[in-house]
Amino acid sequence: MKTTSTILLLIAAASLGLLFLFPMWKIYLQAPQYPEGLEMHIWVNKISGNTEFTLQNFNILNHYIGMAKIEADSFKELVYMPYFVYFFIGSAVLIALFRLRKLVLPWVGLLAVASLVGLADFYMWLHKFGTNLDPQAPIKIPGMTYIPPFIGSKDLLNFHALSLPAIGGLGIGLAILLGLLVYLLERKAGRLERERNNNTPYYTLKNIQA
Amino acid sequence: MKSIADKFTKTAPKAAMLLTLAAGLMLQGCGGVEGSSANAVGSAQADADAASKVYVAPGKHDELYTFMSGGFSGQVSVYGLPSGRQLKVIPVFSQNPENGYGYNEETKAMLNTSFGFVPWDDLHHPKLSRTDGMTDGRWLFVNANNTPRVARLDLKTFETVEIMEIPNSAGNHCSPYPTNDNEYVVAGTRFSVPVNPGGEYEDISFDQYKEKFKGTISFIKVDKEHGDMNLDFQILVPGFDYDLANGGKGPSSDWIFFTTYNTEQASTLKEIGASQNDKDFLAAINWKLAAKYANEGKAKEFPAHYYHNKLDEKSHIAKSEIKKKVRVLLPEECPGLIYLIPVPKSPHGIDVDPTGEFMTVSGKLASIIPVHSFSKMLKAIEKKDYIGEIEGIPVLRYESVLAGEVKEPGLGPLHTEFDGKGNAYTSMFVSSEVVKWRIKDFQVLDRIPVYYSIGHLVIPGGDTKKPYGKYLVAMNKITKDRYLPTGPELAQSAQLIDISGDKMKLLLDFPTIGEPHYAQAIEAKKVADKSVKMYSLEENTHPYAAKNEKEARVERKGNEVHVYMTAIRSHLTPDNIEGINVGDEVYFHVTNLEQDWDVPHGFAIMGANNAELLIMPGATQTLKWVPQKAGIVPMYCTDFCSALHQEMQGYIKVSPKGTKAPLAFSTGAKKPRS
Repeated sequence: MKTTSTILLLIAAASLGLLFLFPMWKIYLQAPQYPEGLEMHIWVNKISGNTEFTLQNFNILNHYIGMAKIEADSFKELVYMPYFVYFFIGSAVLIALFRLRKLVLPWVGLLAVASLVGLADFYMWLHKFGTNLDPQAPIKIPGMTYIPPFIGSKDLLNFHALSLPAIGGLGIGLAILLGLLVYLLERKAGRLERERNNNTPYYTLKNIQA
Repeated sequence: MKSIADKFTKTAPKAAMLLTLAAGLMLQGCGGVEGSSANAVGSAQADADAASKVYVAPGKHDELYTFMSGGFSGQVSVYGLPSGRQLKVIPVFSQNPENGYGYNEETKAMLNTSFGFVPWDDLHHPKLSRTDGMTDGRWLFVNANNTPRVARLDLKTFETVEIMEIPNSAGNHCSPYPTNDNEYVVAGTRFSVPVNPGGEYEDISFDQYKEKFKGTISFIKVDKEHGDMNLDFQILVPGFDYDLANGGKGPSSDWIFFTTYNTEQASTLKEIGASQNDKDFLAAINWKLAAKYANEGKAKEFPAHYYHNKLDEKSHIAKSEIKKKVRVLLPEECPGLIYLIPVPKSPHGIDVDPTGEFMTVSGKLASIIPVHSFSKMLKAIEKKDYIGEIEGIPVLRYESVLAGEVKEPGLGPLHTEFDGKGNAYTSMFVSSEVVKWRIKDFQVLDRIPVYYSIGHLVIPGGDTKKPYGKYLVAMNKITKDRYLPTGPELAQSAQLIDISGDKMKLLLDFPTIGEPHYAQAIEAKKVADKSVKMYSLEENTHPYAAKNEKEARVERKGNEVHVYMTAIRSHLTPDNIEGINVGDEVYFHVTNLEQDWDVPHGFAIMGANNAELLIMPGATQTLKWVPQKAGIVPMYCTDFCSALHQEMQGYIKVSPKGTKAPLAFSTGAKKPRS
């Protein structure tokens, strides 16, 4: 494996590390009486807001429509997810240092699958919070649900909600792209190597077996 | 009316003073009759582009804050400039049922004095704290003229956080003037009274004024970091009336100057008695030397009795401390401490120009404005150019200290501020105008009428090293026809004047509350960025705080009942309370659990004999309630907090006296009886 690939893989591992420094996803809410805006931040290991008290204020507002309280304890994922991230960072480092070219594609694939599972989980939670409403809620609008947008924007009563991946989430994307790039570089390198090998008197393993 | 005023201004200055006073009265008297013409003059004065200069678009912020004293309202009101929009009224010396200040258990102690509970006062002079001769936007000091007190307002919260009574003073008018770097805030007495070193009662008659009545100048030390005040020492001064003061700056930084009147020492009909001497005095005190004398043990300890009330930042509870002694310096034992400089009789404002060299004394009965020179004062002191001595205090020669006189400035000069471009602006009470003059040659440059009878004026930073010389606000004593009539009692009136050019231009009239005697103005950015949005619930140290709904409860101790209540959108916890009897002393300690911007909750009980509460996010406030009648009594939130504010209510069941009903409380789902 080329040095460039090693470096790129290490960068991919580091970019996954962004998950511990920045939220993966942000939901921005705006309402006439919140000119300063409210932001909910979804991290790999916690849920927070743009201020210390945003989550509390989210919950106060949400209780009028009977939405369940959003608190970190409700999400088992926040406990498991960091281990998955450690695994992906650790494996990327190992693949890079031991130059395990063959494992690059499986790593990328696994990370992509894990990300998709995460997104699906996120979507399900949004759906659950938006529809599982207390029948005793003070504000009830027939037929109305409050599923926040998965990605993009949506109007929910007086709030305009915008949902976008944040730096942590983009870090995963970058890791996947870098992994793919390494795979492609290595495939090309492998091909060149094989071609070089074919022009030499030495036998490849494959030739011997044949 | 303008032409009459002009005629008087041009012809009258040299006329006898009684005549000018009569003219002043006549001018005031005809305002109502010729109201429409006065209006025409006022609007003609305002340029067509005045509107755009004061227009602050919706959602935009003003350029400056101005803090105006409320006079007899005992409050401070805050306005934005140039719009003149009122932003807040801060209760200081007066109770405020609107938010419970002075009524709730936490803040009652703020109004304790050695005379008992004094829930009102006459608040005259706001002064901003300063660092190196410039306003720093940290605190505002204000005086109580009636029951001598100095208060400190914290500009992070716009709340009154400290009130200190001043002993040996009787009418704290000449107050509260900060020194250049806020080392001291200084307060002089308006009324001299007998001051007895032993502190005991002495039977003194009014005839003994000259020998027994004394004035005091109090030096309040201000903590550099937290602003806490401490009465360091007083100087016992001759029994005059001390009117206004101002600290020096630049070369005069170590000095502070006071105007005095009634140097005749009359004790009755002062209107005449205190107006006999042709000259009264400007008192110049070297405060640095005074502090040195005090620290060297020159001060004598006098017994005293005064209250010092402070609001704790974390619990929001005020506590009173009674102080029993005060250190006093006697001028005759402290050479070089104080000098008297003659000025035309009955002076009002003493204002030091931005360079610190010129002391302008505005004498309301004087036909000129004398400008004294600090450097000449030092030379006169050095040469001992004295014309006499009063109670051991040297009196300097008027001509030796004088830098120059502003001739024919107008009638009734009261107070002067500066624009930092070499000009001074003096308010003229009798001729109802502001006069602009040049410090360099004492020449009058411009004059503009104001409506009517201006008292003080303010230029943002006009009393600092570097004024923000763009605007001037005239604070007028008489309003008459300036606004739609509101019966006999009218709002006071202020005028915003553009002073950025050669000619002063009237921009705006705006009504003010109480009677602003003086104001301070400061660039918004020095204050706005530090303004807190809420109190931290976590840091709330109130002993009766319930920091979450699980802590909400009701406890009885004899006939005292303590309700640990919480408020959050949109319910009170507990909201059903029973087991209270007629005559119980019930304390509702309401904690606002919100940690969001601009979500206060109110708390009110039917028939409460004191006030309601307005509780800011994170704070705890206590309402004491002694039910008089048995029955079901409603309670509710009085601040429209949320969509379900109207539902934020509950009930208290009051049983007849002697009923042994157990305490019970709940919100929503019933809790077990405690």
